[in-house]
Amino acid sequence: MSQIFHPSTNTISRVTIFGSLFIIAGLVWVVAQVNRSPYVTQANVAREQPVQFSHKHHVGDEGIDCRYCHTSVEVSAFAGIPPTKTCMNCHAQIFANSPYLEPVRESWRTGKPIQWTRVHDLPDFVYFNHSIHVNKGIGCATCHGRVDLMPLTWQVASLQMEWCLDCHRQPEKFLRPRDQIFNMAWQSPPSQIEEGRKLIKEYGIQSAAQLTSCSTCHR
Amino acid sequence: MREIGSDPLSEKPRGVACSGPDSAGSVHDIDWLRRQLEKSQGRQFWRSLEEIADTRYFQEFLKREFPDQASEWHDPVSRRNFLKLMGASLSLAGLTSCTRQPKETILPYVRQPEEIIPGKPLFFATAMPLSGVATGLLVESHEGRPTKIEGNPEHPASLGATDVFCQASVLSLYDPDRSQTLTYLGDICPWSAFWGAISVIVERQQARQGAGLRILTETVTSPTLASQIRGLLARFPEARWHQYEPASRDNVRAGARLAFGEAVNTTYHLDKAKVIVSLGSDFLASGPGCLRYAHDFADRRRLGADKREMNRLYVVESAVSSTGSVADHRMPLRASEIADFARALGSRLGIAPLRSGLQNASPVLGPSYAAWIDGAVRDLRSHRGASLVIAGDHQPPEVHALAHAINQVLENVGSTVVYTEPMEFNPVDETESLRGLVRDMDAALVDLLLIVGGNPVYNAPADLAFAEKMGKVGLCIHLSLYDDETSQLCHWHIPEAHYLESWSDARAFDGTVSIIQPLIAPLYRGKTAHELLAAFSSQPERSCYDLVRDYWKSQQKTGDFEEFWRRALHDGFIANSALPQRSVSMKAPVVSSRPLESSDGPGTMDRESSGLEIVFQPDPAIYDGQFANNGWLQELPKPLTKLTWDNAALVSPATAEKLGLRYREGGSGGEAYADVVELKYLGRTTTAPIWILPGHANDSVTVHLGYGRWRAGKVAAGTGFNAYALRTSRHPWFSMGLEIRKTSETFPLATTQLHHHLEGRDLIRSASLEEYHRDPEFAQPTEHPPSMAPSLYPEHKYEGYAWGMAIDQSSCIGCNACVVACVSENNIPVVGKSEVLRGREMHWLRIDTYHKGGLDNPETFYQPMLCQHCEKAPCEVVCPVAATVHSAEGLNDMVYNRCVGTKYCSNNCPYKVRRFNFFLYSDWETSSLKMMRNPDVTVRSRGVMEKCSFCVQRINHAKIEAEKENRHVRDGEIVTACQATCPTRAIVFGNINDPNSQVSKLKADPRNYSVLGELNTRPRTTYLAVVRNPNPEMG
Repeated sequence: MSQIFHPSTNTISRVTIFGSLFIIAGLVWVVAQVNRSPYVTQANVAREQPVQFSHKHHVGDEGIDCRYCHTSVEVSAFAGIPPTKTCMNCHAQIFANSPYLEPVRESWRTGKPIQWTRVHDLPDFVYFNHSIHVNKGIGCATCHGRVDLMPLTWQVASLQMEWCLDCHRQPEKFLRPRDQIFNMAWQSPPSQIEEGRKLIKEYGIQSAAQLTSCSTCHR
Repeated sequence: MREIGSDPLSEKPRGVACSGPDSAGSVHDIDWLRRQLEKSQGRQFWRSLEEIADTRYFQEFLKREFPDQASEWHDPVSRRNFLKLMGASLSLAGLTSCTRQPKETILPYVRQPEEIIPGKPLFFATAMPLSGVATGLLVESHEGRPTKIEGNPEHPASLGATDVFCQASVLSLYDPDRSQTLTYLGDICPWSAFWGAISVIVERQQARQGAGLRILTETVTSPTLASQIRGLLARFPEARWHQYEPASRDNVRAGARLAFGEAVNTTYHLDKAKVIVSLGSDFLASGPGCLRYAHDFADRRRLGADKREMNRLYVVESAVSSTGSVADHRMPLRASEIADFARALGSRLGIAPLRSGLQNASPVLGPSYAAWIDGAVRDLRSHRGASLVIAGDHQPPEVHALAHAINQVLENVGSTVVYTEPMEFNPVDETESLRGLVRDMDAALVDLLLIVGGNPVYNAPADLAFAEKMGKVGLCIHLSLYDDETSQLCHWHIPEAHYLESWSDARAFDGTVSIIQPLIAPLYRGKTAHELLAAFSSQPERSCYDLVRDYWKSQQKTGDFEEFWRRALHDGFIANSALPQRSVSMKAPVVSSRPLESSDGPGTMDRESSGLEIVFQPDPAIYDGQFANNGWLQELPKPLTKLTWDNAALVSPATAEKLGLRYREGGSGGEAYADVVELKYLGRTTTAPIWILPGHANDSVTVHLGYGRWRAGKVAAGTGFNAYALRTSRHPWFSMGLEIRKTSETFPLATTQLHHHLEGRDLIRSASLEEYHRDPEFAQPTEHPPSMAPSLYPEHKYEGYAWGMAIDQSSCIGCNACVVACVSENNIPVVGKSEVLRGREMHWLRIDTYHKGGLDNPETFYQPMLCQHCEKAPCEVVCPVAATVHSAEGLNDMVYNRCVGTKYCSNNCPYKVRRFNFFLYSDWETSSLKMMRNPDVTVRSRGVMEKCSFCVQRINHAKIEAEKENRHVRDGEIVTACQATCPTRAIVFGNINDPNSQVSKLKADPRNYSVLGELNTRPRTTYLAVVRNPNPEMG
């Protein structure tokens, strides 16, 4: 009886078995990359907004402090989105007839809020608190990037848990002095790790074990 | 697997594991149960009749934590099935992860209110009126949405605690079944039509001086409402005001009139009482002031390093109440025998009996009670001025008069008993008041009936035939939260504003006035009683805010009104508004031997009639029926019976035996199939399932009011039987003459008594005060001390905070407030009766109830059971996906988004405190319910395990606030939801690494022990053993 399989089948089968390991590993890698990609995380994607609000103009050019609009960032979990009143403080006078600002004026007239699209959207089972971060030496730009350079706002970080843990495991890598929190242009010094360790002591920042306990963020 | 609803009695028990006879398969052979109890000397405590019977069903139920689910895998799993399921779950699990977050919008304010910081809750003081009586509250508000009710620590009736009704009232506010529109003859109407109609009516009535106008309210303690009604009666002199409340305190008021010839309000100072005798009174858990009483009672009882004495409580009652269950001496007596007991007590204390012919009251009670009375009398006598006799609200006036007389003889008046002016504005006999109204209705004298709150068509005494007489009324206007039974028969139905939507005021048990301020604008444009009555005044369209404020402005003659008003709103009550103490003089006849009244008076009973006694009581969960559509309360396991979603006719074991009644548990999850009986009383009948309550008085049947509603909403639909159908105006609370006929039917009752059973281990430890004095360390285990041997798991040193809890079981009265508080705080879903029948209720905190002693009058012990946060948690090591892990501060964290629902953790939990979402129990659709949820706690989806988190959201909040101020969390800064609401302060939470914290001190108490400590799980929740203070002379 003749052979069913050609001798070359031996080689093919070996290559297939050996190769499938690579293929599976490759697939896993692809899935992991897709999962971290802006397609999934929406990082670096500028969002359409009802008003073409430019942080670049307001923060970068005009030099308005973050807290003028995000008033509750130091005291509350939620940094606060400014009420229409805050916009109208200036825009009742400046660009008062600009067509771009019609949605703002409309909201002011009708009493209906402007519907902003959320840029930084954490899953609902994550409980992030702005106030504790800005009070303990995490600058706005650490997570939100150079907002003063963004015409339309996008998120710079993936906001995935590995990204959160990167800091919660080693806060010294990112801490800055409290007086630099709202400084968009602050650069970490070369001695960041030592400086950061000093700030950990000074600000009484919790241990990594506490910061990485699940219930710190999930409840 | 058997079908739910089939009768397990039809199955022959096979392979019964216990030594009992075949009939041991059910809880009906009471005699056999008794013998079992006597035999089992090793085991002191028991939880249910089923446990003693130890039937096949019960054992099966024990073996499988979630029996229904477990049986699905009883078929041999074929390889093919296995692969199919694995493949399907893999691909489905993979698919679900391929979603992107949906786009979300943020809607900021247009003009942000000054006080609101988004993300930070505000607290406002207000008060909840129940039967007219206020409890002071602080309500948490998130961006204008009230989400959680807390007690007002400064309010005399609350002291920071609340009861189940207050806790659950926030669900009533958001109830989607609330009436949302004004209707005329069932059709939706614009408000303008109503105001137009009213103005015509007012004109017509004005011409007749209001001769055809009748106003029916519930009990009124609101000064503003009372002044409005007075004004209205002045405008319409011929109009009449009637009050009716199904759970009225007529007898209390009549008792005061009998004793003093005038209506007075009685309040008690339990902080000064060393010996208390309750004559059928559940003063710890129901009635005005119960929260305060429970607090003072527990304070007086709390043992500690420097406090070694306790008060002593004697209780006589028919059904077991919260008060009776924590008594040092409890005697089951039929409600109608309590008067005899009171007379006997009175005569022993030197008060001549009230009625001739009853001098020898003791024989009625039987010789065995003589010793009991002796002991109580000696104790009362030796504590003159520091003793207290409290008559139950439902006891006849005579018993109240006797209690007043006894307190006077014992010199308690002024110390433990205080009399004030009545808190009601018109303390009438409400049953008589309603009778008068019905008489007028029958005579067609009523052109216009204004029903302001209440639901008389459903809850009026059956003999008055209120519904029938409604047909003879010209025009009926009904103001009510729900479009209910009464609304259906009224012409106009006006949606009422919930108390959290209204401006109003009300008095507390001691007369303290609270201004009720709204937390939210009326969701459905509801109106308050004030606004409805204003429509009949000269200024018809005034808001309730103006009405309440103007009333108080008119009362405030001196000082700055604005300051007074702001202070009253801020504090939640008007300072020094408690009614002043007043002296009363006993009417001579009370202490004479002249017969006082015929037995025809309301509330007295016919001694002549024999047979069974029927006792009506407001339901401990849904009260008089007004909370029937509240899922939290419907699903709340009632104290002692642990019944949910239904009421039952409660009988004693001996009576059940005599009547051949029984129930037996089914196999699927602890449902009980109860015999259905026909209750016949004064020619009216209803059918009801029975429930055997150990400790209930013999020959007496207790039925709870509030169920069997036919127009109440989706939640209330089909629950329980209507006990009002049997209730008469002559005997609203109890009477003899009940006939019971057993039917052939059985009815499945959802009881949680059997759920999460901890299999008779050494869980409860108790001692008498004497034993405690001899050996304060009695609770420390001798048989199985927790082993300190090295654990297989690595040791961990907790630096910084280490959260822990201590629960003083001596203080727990089983009132359930903590359970509802937990539900409200942690967004715990309601699962419904069919799921409770399968043992799937989601409560993170349950009150385990244990009994000790015989079936006829066992002692009762409560053990609030929640996640113990074991340092060596058995649940953590079995989780394949690390969804339950330990935090650095010793919390047993549950990570919902990791959980894949293997349920291994709950299988491995020795305390059975983990709950699994078999389905999507949380309502994700109804928008009003979304507003109610606590935004700080995840709303869980299906397939996820959950359990007590020690209110980790509150821990984190306090920690963040402390860290922002660069300090440590102070002791007492973190208060868990259960702890905050507990009237007796039985629960204490804190940092056990701080030796000076309150919780550390409690844990250092010799009574402190760990449940199942021998398992070496090192629970962070520990319990303080129960100490009772029985009279040593009574053996």
